[in-house]
Amino acid sequence: MSLNQLSALEIAARVRAGEIRASEVLEASLAQIRRLDGQPGSLDEKPLEPAEDQKIHAFIRQTEDLARQQAEEVDRKVAAGEDPGMLAGVPVAIKDIFTLKGIETTAASRILSNFKPPYTATPVQKLMDAGALILGKTNLDEFAFGSSSESSAFKPAPNNPWDTSRVPGGSSGGSTASVAAEEVALSLGTDTGGSIRQPAAFCGVVGLKPTYGRVSRYGLMAFSSSLDCPGPIARNVSDTALTLQAMAGLDPHDSTSSTMPVSDYLEALKKGVKGLRIGLSPDYAHLFYPDFETGELGMESIQSEISQAVEHAANVLADLGAEIVENVPLPNTRYSIPTYFVISRVEAASNLHRFDGVKYGYRTPDEVADLQELLRRTRAEGFGSQPKLRILMGMYLSAAGFAENYYQRALKVRAMIRKDFERAFDPQGEFRLDAILTPTTATTAFKRDDFFGNSVRMQYSDQMTVSANHAGLPAMTIPGGLDGNNLPIGIQFIGADFREDLILRAGFAFEQATRDEAWRSVRPAALRQEVE
Amino acid sequence: MSIRKISPELFQKLVGLAALELTEEESAYLLTEMNHQLSSVHLLLQVPLEEDLQPTLHGIRCQGAGPRADVWQPFPAPEEILAEAPEIEDSMFAVPDVKGAK
Repeated sequence: MSLNQLSALEIAARVRAGEIRASEVLEASLAQIRRLDGQPGSLDEKPLEPAEDQKIHAFIRQTEDLARQQAEEVDRKVAAGEDPGMLAGVPVAIKDIFTLKGIETTAASRILSNFKPPYTATPVQKLMDAGALILGKTNLDEFAFGSSSESSAFKPAPNNPWDTSRVPGGSSGGSTASVAAEEVALSLGTDTGGSIRQPAAFCGVVGLKPTYGRVSRYGLMAFSSSLDCPGPIARNVSDTALTLQAMAGLDPHDSTSSTMPVSDYLEALKKGVKGLRIGLSPDYAHLFYPDFETGELGMESIQSEISQAVEHAANVLADLGAEIVENVPLPNTRYSIPTYFVISRVEAASNLHRFDGVKYGYRTPDEVADLQELLRRTRAEGFGSQPKLRILMGMYLSAAGFAENYYQRALKVRAMIRKDFERAFDPQGEFRLDAILTPTTATTAFKRDDFFGNSVRMQYSDQMTVSANHAGLPAMTIPGGLDGNNLPIGIQFIGADFREDLILRAGFAFEQATRDEAWRSVRPAALRQEVE
Repeated sequence: MSIRKISPELFQKLVGLAALELTEEESAYLLTEMNHQLSSVHLLLQVPLEEDLQPTLHGIRCQGAGPRADVWQPFPAPEEILAEAPEIEDSMFAVPDVKGAK
């Protein structure tokens, strides 16, 4: 087994024991990136040769010098008998929406293409403090506005390692692709409506959205401030638990970060699922989709192989001693996308007003007559179509005369979605659940350009994930099988507030019980070609 | 219930308020997409709201430390912030004249 295939836990254990050096791990990672990733995303879009078009393109920027310094420091600490940290020598990629002091941080937008932040985001700092090696910044949908990573201003957009003619999902598509392609062991993503879990499902990796407030948002460029959550992406549940352990906790720089004590997530994995009550809901069996003309809600079935994977997981967990509770009603989750359209757009519009070409970032090079023209021209040239769409929609939905019907109403529907989950998790209630098992997505990864530009259809890719954001709950996707095209299927566990330990336990138990199933031996196509 | 549509006139007003400039092609695309999104948002109007339901600021009740004290805390290296500005004059952000300002 190559170093790139090792889990983060194994790498850290071997580095800490002095069996391998962090610098060796780093070189293996860099070599894998050179083999598979191709040119990084750039504003200078050019037609690609066919071979280059099939590369992964996970990164916007590599930070090789920084990673070398970090590897040297880890190796020095090991040699000196000092503690190098729980992530010693583990290669990590950071979604390019987290600040890293002195390193360009773009949010995949032209308007920030030259921005070097003067401070480092708390989750990134915590990973570095734990001994991780930061190999670079990964590509994403511009400002995280999308579900395919295609709206990045930095081209080429990332591809799916399982089939490079397909998207990796989004918005953390570069992050999940880099982990699936074994370029890094871990990545740091963000999840506002599913932006960790949907691409993790599409790329066949694990992605966890923590409880809102569990991980600090300091240094995360805000999309929708009441929904944004940083979280880990890894190739297995143990590494996910390890990374969350390193990142979670109170941060004085983020007033919404929680004072709740951080659990021992790795220790929790040992407890199994015997006696856990895991719910299934009929409200997660379909995609609810509006008619553009009438606004009436239609219903589409989700991909049958995904339903079967959820059923299989329920059977496996039942065999392990979990109690499966069927027909848990979550009726208001069908309104999660309309609610998201309102809340996320209003908050995004507010957050994007700060980009003006005055304090930092891009400024139009044109001669302008006055400040107003400077703002208009800078924002017109700096933002792509998706930020513009969110700004305009957010302003419309929150405008005087409309806000009562839209924004205020959406905040109330969010409260109803939250109540659905409170009822399901209530320890004295009818269901008394420890976790809810659902599909992560309604389909497996779709082809490039299938939905790009269709903002409504693209948004409905998040139907299965976004309710956990509205309710603030932790949720994790893990691989649950492959479809007929050898594309990964994700299954999702949703937990009660701050019960990441329980969804990690459920995911770990399923992972261990299915490790000999045939689909687990199939590797992403990009890695199979690498061997050939 | 018929779906409200955003008129081209209202759209242009929003573009001005958002400090944007759009090509005709961009305007056509964005207005179409906004109206499509409204068809989804429209579903919210059909949701029977429970009595005395309070709007939520966050999904969970925030259990954070709360806002820090409103005390001035100087950034340790202001020159690093100014270095990111497209234009500065005497340690201040420089901008063109404001239209109509005296």
